[in-house]
Parts: sequence; C-alpha cells; structure tokens
Amino acid sequence: MPRRRARIPAAVLLIAPSLVVMTALFAWPLVVGVGQAFSGPDGPTLAYARRMLDDPYFWPAVRNTALLIVVLIPVQFAFALTMALLLRERPRFAGFHFYVWVIPLAISDLAAGLVWLSVFADRGYLNSVLDHLGVDGVAWLSYQNTATMFLAVVVAELWRSTSLVLVIVVAGLQGIPKDYDEAAAVFGATYRQRLRHVVLPQLRPSLQVALILRTILALETFAVAQALTGRSLPLLVGETYQWYNVLQNPNVATAIALVVLAVSMLAAAGYLRLLRDRTVTQ
Amino acid sequence: MSARRRWERAAIQAACVAITLFMGVPLYLIALAALSSRDSLNQFPLPLLPTDPSTETMSTFLQSTGVTGGFINSLTVGLGTVVLALLVGVPAGYAVARYAFRGKDTYQLILLLTRALPIVVLSVPLARIFLDTGLYDTTYAVMLLHTALALPTTVLITAAIFVGVSHEQEEAAMIFGASPLQAFLRVVAPQALPGIAAAAMFAFMLSWNEVLGATVLTLNQRTLPAQVLTTLADSPLAYRFAGGLALVLPALVFIAVMRRYLLNMWGTTLR
Amino acid sequence: MTNRINDDLRISRRGLLGLGLGVAAVPALTACGGVSTSGADGGEGSVSFLSTQFTQVEERQRFEKILGDRVTAAKVAFNPVDASTFGTTVKSQLDAGKVQLSLLGGVHGDLAPHADRLMDLDDLLGSLGDRGFTSDLTDLAKLSGSTTKYVPWMQATYVLAVHKKALEWLPSGVVTPQMTYDQFLSWMTAARQGNGNKPVFGIPAGPKGLYHRFFQGFLLPSFTGGQVTTFRSPDAVTAWQYMKELWAQTAPASTNYDSMQEPLQRGEVLVAWDHVARLRDAPGDKPGDWLMLPAPSGPKGLGYMLVVAGLAIPNGAPEAAKAKEVVKALTTGDVQVDVLRQNAFFPVTNAQLPTDLPAAVGLEAAAVKRQQETAGAIVSLPPVGVGARDAEVGQVFKNVFKEVCLDGKPVQGVLDSQAGQLNAILDELKVACWRPDPAGSPCRVA
Repeated sequence: MPRRRARIPAAVLLIAPSLVVMTALFAWPLVVGVGQAFSGPDGPTLAYARRMLDDPYFWPAVRNTALLIVVLIPVQFAFALTMALLLRERPRFAGFHFYVWVIPLAISDLAAGLVWLSVFADRGYLNSVLDHLGVDGVAWLSYQNTATMFLAVVVAELWRSTSLVLVIVVAGLQGIPKDYDEAAAVFGATYRQRLRHVVLPQLRPSLQVALILRTILALETFAVAQALTGRSLPLLVGETYQWYNVLQNPNVATAIALVVLAVSMLAAAGYLRLLRDRTVTQ
Repeated sequence: MSARRRWERAAIQAACVAITLFMGVPLYLIALAALSSRDSLNQFPLPLLPTDPSTETMSTFLQSTGVTGGFINSLTVGLGTVVLALLVGVPAGYAVARYAFRGKDTYQLILLLTRALPIVVLSVPLARIFLDTGLYDTTYAVMLLHTALALPTTVLITAAIFVGVSHEQEEAAMIFGASPLQAFLRVVAPQALPGIAAAAMFAFMLSWNEVLGATVLTLNQRTLPAQVLTTLADSPLAYRFAGGLALVLPALVFIAVMRRYLLNMWGTTLR
Repeated sequence: MTNRINDDLRISRRGLLGLGLGVAAVPALTACGGVSTSGADGGEGSVSFLSTQFTQVEERQRFEKILGDRVTAAKVAFNPVDASTFGTTVKSQLDAGKVQLSLLGGVHGDLAPHADRLMDLDDLLGSLGDRGFTSDLTDLAKLSGSTTKYVPWMQATYVLAVHKKALEWLPSGVVTPQMTYDQFLSWMTAARQGNGNKPVFGIPAGPKGLYHRFFQGFLLPSFTGGQVTTFRSPDAVTAWQYMKELWAQTAPASTNYDSMQEPLQRGEVLVAWDHVARLRDAPGDKPGDWLMLPAPSGPKGLGYMLVVAGLAIPNGAPEAAKAKEVVKALTTGDVQVDVLRQNAFFPVTNAQLPTDLPAAVGLEAAAVKRQQETAGAIVSLPPVGVGARDAEVGQVFKNVFKEVCLDGKPVQGVLDSQAGQLNAILDELKVACWRPDPAGSPCRVA
C-alpha cells in the first residue's frame, strides 16, 4: 500500500495513456455494441433477455461455466504451486523441466484444443494406448458421458493455462529472500510450517494477481471445450459466439456477454475485497 | 537423515519427470499426428511411434497457406504490442503501486473487466472504427487491439512487482540528487525487471495467440494463428494436426529463448 | 549488496538493449502495414472474392486453379472464410461504406442476411439467358424482394454414403437403392446387432454439422409433407418418434461430427447421410467398395433438400464491372463441369454432365439423379426470405433434436414449445412459406 501522501497529478499523468487506449478501444465499441443490441425495432426491449433465458443451452452453460471455474482454479493453483516449489528445490535438469512446463504459454487455445482432440477422440491416442494395453476404449467426448467430457476439458485446460500461473508464482518466489526461509529452518520449522508461515504469505500478492487474472480468463474459456465437445458441453462465452456468429443474433449474444461481464465483475470485486481485508488484518 | 534426504531428492526428481511427461507428451503426439501419413491416421489403434512418417500433409499445408507472411505479421504484431503495452502499462502500474489516488480501485476494476468482455461483442464496432480510420486489414489495427487486451495484465503484473520493490532505496537515490526518472531507471527498474519481462512475455503471448479479433480486423494481412486456424477450420483432421504443429513449433523456439532470459534472472536473485 | 545491484544492472542494460532493438525493428517490419497472407492477392485492380465455399485447403487449391485457368477477364483474389467471418466482414465493410470486396460467394443462407447490401443483378442475369437457370433458382435469388440479388453459382444436395460391408446386414425384402425410412431403420438395427452392438450409422450432428437440414428437408417433408406449417402436427410427432428410434441406432459420436467423410474413411461408421461435397472423399482410392444412395422415402414421399450457392456483388464494390465478368465466366458450362469434377458441387446451368467424372463424384451424380427423378419426390428449399434469422430457424430444429433425442423429453411438449419459438421468429418476419409448404402468407406453424 502507498507509503507517501497522495500526489494526484503525477498519478493521473501516469495512468492517463492507459485510460485513453482503453476508452478508444473498449469503452466506445462497447457503448456502440450494447446500444445497438439492446434496442429492438420498437425501442428498448427485454425480449432478447427472455430469449436467452428460454434457450435450452443457457442454463447448462451457466452450470458448466461455474463448475469449470470451481474445479479448475483450485486444482490449477495447487498444481502450479507444486511445480514452483519443486523447481525451488533445484532438481536436476531444472532448466529443461521449466522449459517444458511453460511451453503451453505460447500455444493458442484453439491449437491446444487440436492437441487434446488427438488424445481424447474416440480413435485418438488415449484409446489407442488403452487398446494396446488390452482395455476397451472409452467414448471420452460422447454427449452421454458428461463426466468424462468435463474431465477432458479440465485436463486440457490444466495443461494449457497452468503455465501462466506458474510463471507468476515463480516470479513471486524470486522476490522472497531465501534468508527468511533458512532462518525458519535453523529454528526447527518443518517444511510444511515454513511453507505456511513464510513462503505463502510472501507469495500472496503474486497469487492474488494470478487468481483474479485466471478467474477472468477462465470465464472466457471456450475454444478448448468447443474443439473437444462441440456444443455438448456449452460454456457461456461459447454461447456468445454461437449466437453472434452462427445464429447471427447480436442482441442475444450481447445479453449473454453482459452476464459474463457481470459475473466477472462480481468475482473481481470479491477478490479485491478479500485482498483489502487481508492486508488490513495483517 | 541422509537416507531420508536422498529419498526426498528422488521423489522430487520423479515428480518433475512425471509433470514433464504430462506437459510434453501431448506435444509429441501432435507432432506424431502431423507427420503421419493420412492412411495411418485412419488406423485404429493409432501407432504410438513414428512407424509411417510422411511429410506430405505438412508440406501441402505449408505451401497452401500464407504461413511465411503470417509468421512475419505475427512477429510484427507481437513486438509492437509488447512495446506499446509496456510504454502505456508500466507507468500506470507504477502509479497504482506507489500512489494513493481517488478511484484507484475503480480504475483497476475497469481494467480487469475489459478482459472479461468477449471480443466478439466489440468486433463489429471495432472493425468499423478501423475501417473509418483506414487501419482495417493492417497489422497496426491488430497491434492496437492486442495492446488494449494486454494492458490489464501489464498494469497488474508491473503494479504487483513495483509494490515489492523497496521504496526506501528509491528515496535514498533521490536524496543523493537523482531525479525521479533517474531513480526509477537506476534503482527501481533493475529490481522490477523480472516482472517487467514477465509482463512483456504475457503481452507477446497474448498477441501471438489471439485469433478472434485478428480474424475480424484483417483479411489479407493475417497473423499466423488467425491464418492457420481460419483456413483449417473445415479441413480434414490431418491438416488440422499439421496446422497445430505449425503453431506449436514457434512456441517451442520462443519459449526456449525466453526461458534462458527468465532463468538467468531467476538464478541471480534466487540464491 | 553492491555486487547484486551491479549484476542486475548488467541485465537491465541487456534488457534495455533488447527493448531498443524491438522498438527499432517494429517500424521497419510494419512499414507496409503487414505482409499478405492470402495467396491470390492480385494487387490493384484485382477482384476481391470473399466466399464461404471451398474453405477446405484442398478444395481451395483446386478452385484457385480453376480461377487461374478459366477466368481470364480479371485477376481474382480468392478469400474463403467461415460463414461467421463472412457475415461480420460484409456487414462491417458495407455499413462503414468502405467496401474492398467486389464479389461474394455463398450458399443462399449466407447471402440472405445481406439482401440490402447487395447490388441488383437483373441486368447481369438477363445477359445470361443462354445458361438455362431454372425459375426455381432465379426466384430464390430474389431473396424475397422483387429484384435479383445473386446469380446462381452451383447446387448440391444430400445423399447417403454406404460402405458395401454394411450390405451384408440388409434384411430380406429390403433392396437398394430405394427404400423407405422404416426399412432403413430395420437395416441399421440389424447392422448394429451384426456389428457387435456398435452402431454403423452416423449423421453430422456436430456444431458445424448440417444435420438440421436432415430434419428440415428430408425427415419432416417425407413424414408430414411440410417443413413449417406441419411442425407440430400428429405426423410430425410420428416423424420425431421415428427419429428417436433411428438415433438409438446411430453412433453417439455423431454429436462430434461436422462432416461425415472422415468418420467414414476411418471406418467409425459405415453408413452416413451428408452433403455431397462432404462425402466426396469418403471412397478415397477404393470407390469400388462404396455406394451412394438417395435418401429413404416416407409416408408422404421422398423429401430432399436443394442447396443453392450464389454469386453476389456488394453495393459500392470497387471492381463491380470486372466482378460481373467473373460471374459470367463462372457460369459457363466448362467451369461448371470443372467445379463438379474437382469439388463435387453440381451445375446450376444446363451444362451436360460428362461421362468421365471422378469415381466418387460419378457415384454421387447417379444418386442425385435418382433422388430427383423418384416418383413422389418432394423438393424442399432452405428457409427463404428469413434473412439473418436463417440460422435461428435451423436452430429450432436442432433444439427439437437435442430435447427429443438427447434429453429424451416427450415429443409433443417439445414441439409445442419450439413451435412457439419458431412462430415468434416468423411473426416478426411475415414471410410467405417456401417449398414444400403451401405458399400461404404469412408463414407460421399451424
């Protein structure tokens, strides 16, 4: 938190360029888009919102999106922390491991969908391996197997997007002087105690950034799910694209987009509040 | 104690290898699929070793789509995005970290929420703005869009980093006669560099991977993923795998270069 | 401590150097606003041709070759994109008044949303009298207005592709090529049992699949004689009950199939219904192992759907005159036959089909001919005059499929609620019914 009395002019000067960019490229198109979308032929209308709510794909999409975030984010953070802490132990070939672990950072979600499609398809590599082992394959991506479909999407997303969290956490770990940790070890703290009382508290700023970012990005997820399951496992943003591009109805698309926006807003506000409360109590 | 220590080391090594396999095997498989003949892709079970390698799909793919042009465009857009996002984002991140100003929370929230908006809703009004300004179907248009998309990440990451940089040293430098800019460049920037590098990397990656906006804003001057993925959407699986590999290969190279840089800094600060 | 700062400073210099190089490189690289990625970019004066057809790599290459060899009037920069990019691009260019496109190619449903953005082509169509377009096609090309909005380009329909292995399960008394839907169901049931309980039939029910055309143009017309007016009639309930039974004998992976030629090639299914262009590669290099059959027939006859692609010129096109020359060239008999030979889209003109067609296309041509000439054939068109709402109308049929076949809801209830959605769309549009429904106006579900 700030350690200096407010110097408003400098701060405003520093953020002004970003405000200009955001207004020109987001706020303005958004106003235009929403304005066009929420007025029907006879002025403002709620018909599109009703249309959205009546659509058989809407509520499953809400449910799947919520479920994906609730399952994916904790697993992903545990996974990223594990990877970062493993690296901190300086294993052999740490450089190579780190390299492989961050590669997905540079792979687009559509390409990641293709990669995992080759694995999970009915006649893909996973079922081929099972076949070599003499086990019958599973129709992982069949609409009948919601659980395996969901699992496939979670695994693919874990693979694709964990490296982002990993890099943030590794960058955060750099900021922690090893002296603290070593001091705690000298005084007999166990690894778990050191993790809880020394490493994690120091990592909090990085984790918070990663958490907000990943939640918002997870809300935006759809390309991988679409590549793997088509519309059998609808997600909210995927539905936006469906309505906008395929059904050519920008009105309903914008209505769904606003739902996504509202949820993101709630999530971000929640996290920010959490952040502030914690820093106050400390 | 020593036996236990050795066991721990072995467990760590094993865990690392397991994770590396999880992250690496899919990459091997896409390469395998892309370099298989179309016949062998129709077999079941699929061969897990390159028994019938063929570069036919790959070479047809490379000739048919504007891969080289797309690669250059992607690089241009990516670098441009990094430069613009840092120029605009780093000062903002510094302001968020160092100054208390009214509406700071709102500012951060708004920044974040722009990322929460599906690009498709913006695409038509944006395309229109760029058509009016004559930037449509140029790399500049994509660069600007990607800068806007990368800005929230850049501001957030750099702000988090600047919070972690000691303010006392900066003040000390100013007491000894450095101007605020000098103090920033000499004291703050070096310490914040790992974070800034990470922010730059994210900006580049975001730009490299963004497809939907780039598809709407360009027609003949596509970036590589936009070009590959739009031309391949309806093509046979063999071509889509080839396209997948074509996108993975630059990622391998790029991360190899960046990793050196990241690990280097990591080595100097994590001692 | 000093040591560490020095260390970091060294890195910072390197970093700044890198940054500097980046800054220097960007203007150099962007000097011309990007490098062309569209292979056929012909530069100034070329006809920019945006198409939703031939997006597939191989089809695109073959069509570009046809353009290069046969179209001499102008250089054509052919740019195939998916339907949504097509829509957004046309919309944003035309609405901003900065048109760079000169020629648009798409199926009826791609062009219909943009009726107001397309140039009237009555004069062009008039000059093409010798091509022999049927009045069905030229009426369709008016997009429910009074003037011609596009020139017919190519046509297609849907047929069944059958691997000969599936014939061994053909029940006694059932003969190819022409069978009823009930016979087809008993065949598929027997085939599933014979194949170790694994279904052999597939439909393209993936997100980009054309399965709604099966309901709109094949199943419902065959059972009810209509598409829209009879949407929730007792006959329609029978049709959907039938579909439920057929779905039980269909490969569940169908919900992931966008195009059937790949699952057929891989042997995942042996029998499949799809668009002729999406079945072309199924026989591969063994055409002798394959059959192409017309669709089955139902109580009301053999319903089948015609797909029409058209060529349109956007208002304010920079090279409108040259674009018209390109349209003329693309509708000549030679080019029409070339397109059939290469990409399996059928001529819209009176061009004579040659006898030396590629094997798979030849199989398809025979099936298409038989389908058209069957007594009691019921021709359907994709929704006419619904413009931008075409996909939404299709989605209503997909929703019925999802709720009846996938979610197992009672048929009549689903039909009633989806009829409400369909009527809501149609009431806004107030269009006349299209074939096979009687041409009453306004069209709505009875």
